[in-house]
Amino acid sequence: MKTQSALEKVLAAGHLAVTSECGPPRGAMPEKIKEKAELLRGYVDAINVTDNQTAVVRMSSFAACLIIRQMGLNPVLQMVTRDRNRLAMQSDIIGAYAHGIDTMLCLTGDHPCFGDHPMAANVYDLDSIQFVQMVRTMRDEGRFQGGDEIQSPPKMFIGAAANPFGDPFELRVARLAKKVKAGADFIQTQCIYDLERFEKWMEGVRDRGLDEKVSILAGVTPFKSAGMAKYMKNKVPGMSVPDALIKRMSGVAKDKQAEEGITICVETMHRLKEMKGVRGFHIMAIEWEQKVPEIVERAGLYPRPSV
Amino acid sequence: MITAERKPIQEIMDYIRPFGRILLVGCNECVTVCAAGGRKEVGLLSSALQMAFMQEGKVLDVKEMTLERQCDPEYVEELAGTINQVDAVLSMACGCGVQEVARRFKEKPVFPAVNTKFMGASERQGVWAERCQGCGDCVLGLTGGVCPIARCSKRLLNGPCGGSSGGKCEINPEVECAWQLIWDRLKALGLEKRYEDIAPAKDWRASRDGGPRRIIREDLAS
Repeated sequence: MKTQSALEKVLAAGHLAVTSECGPPRGAMPEKIKEKAELLRGYVDAINVTDNQTAVVRMSSFAACLIIRQMGLNPVLQMVTRDRNRLAMQSDIIGAYAHGIDTMLCLTGDHPCFGDHPMAANVYDLDSIQFVQMVRTMRDEGRFQGGDEIQSPPKMFIGAAANPFGDPFELRVARLAKKVKAGADFIQTQCIYDLERFEKWMEGVRDRGLDEKVSILAGVTPFKSAGMAKYMKNKVPGMSVPDALIKRMSGVAKDKQAEEGITICVETMHRLKEMKGVRGFHIMAIEWEQKVPEIVERAGLYPRPSV
Repeated sequence: MITAERKPIQEIMDYIRPFGRILLVGCNECVTVCAAGGRKEVGLLSSALQMAFMQEGKVLDVKEMTLERQCDPEYVEELAGTINQVDAVLSMACGCGVQEVARRFKEKPVFPAVNTKFMGASERQGVWAERCQGCGDCVLGLTGGVCPIARCSKRLLNGPCGGSSGGKCEINPEVECAWQLIWDRLKALGLEKRYEDIAPAKDWRASRDGGPRRIIREDLAS
């Protein structure tokens, strides 16, 4: 074991892991994050906390992770390179680890143009691969990115993202290979709707044996409505939503669409469970955390193992 | 070249409103090529300003000059004979030219008439696009001759983010994904394998982050 991370323990024991996420509130409202996290208690192994997602300012991921940690749950610190240079990132990683936050997800982050401060300077001192490399060097070599020794280095279980649906497709396996080479322990993928393309990506992953080197958690997001499905298809860059799913959502009465979205999500998870190389799930129920227990149960992933 | 765009006329007028006599100085280099501040644009702006102030009931005296290179002290010196006949200078050069004039003539107010934009190339008639950020440590030899620092919106050095779609960048479908271009070039050159070498964290000291930069050539310095 490289770390004390509960997620690492679940994966090492050979279980399918389940993670979900909480978006922190846009104000000093600790009770909001507690409410969201409480909904997930017992149904997931770890809870990702997003870092100013879609470049919109929110309570910091570190602070919200700390609240979740104090509730006796396992947060996953998400961190983007958009807002912090390597000094700020490393000091936050040490600070988080000092508070028992031992799992993180290293991301580049959405461009500021999508958020509420499009006029902000973007940082991008590192890219996500260099970021993974830095966290691994801190853990395994006990050195800062700048080379100095760290006294009592933070031992983070290191996650990274993968988008099998981005272009150019032929580069997507190679990009995963780079993240693995850089030191990623686990991967959380972009939301999977297009199972055909995902399977094609997984084939490439397996051909290179990457699924043996990194734990791939398949990302899923339930549709709340046909409108959301269309939005995901047409407006979110690097997202692939098959027309059949749009049709299926649109073919259901409005008041039944949310239920249909959950059913699609659960069916997708059952198919993914059969796919070699999938080591677990990352359920991103955006502002819909209360549905996660149902999804986990219907996907046959409840109860969660104790490790 | 360094590209620039003329500022809105109102902003320029606000700068020079307190003055009666101005020297409008163009530059014969980059800003001429990108049609922002050469001899022709000096003439056009001069007329526009005189007409606009005329409507305010003010006669503006404009002297026009266009230097060979406004970033070069040797040519800026050519203004010495005229500078005492004006109250202020309006420069149509890039920021380098504006500052060179301000450095040479300390007692004279100097205002920019253009916004200096970027180092770029002409894509077609009337269209210029950013190509270089002057990071001080060129990576083009590794990236198939396409710069990820200037041309990727997130200046990623290790490949495309998840937002690359159909060869376009997620920030705007008008923007090409630099990593799609890099990948296409690497393939055309048979260098696909190179993609999997991890580009290490960049040393930004060579760029602006190390403080204002200078080049000293001992063999040439006087």
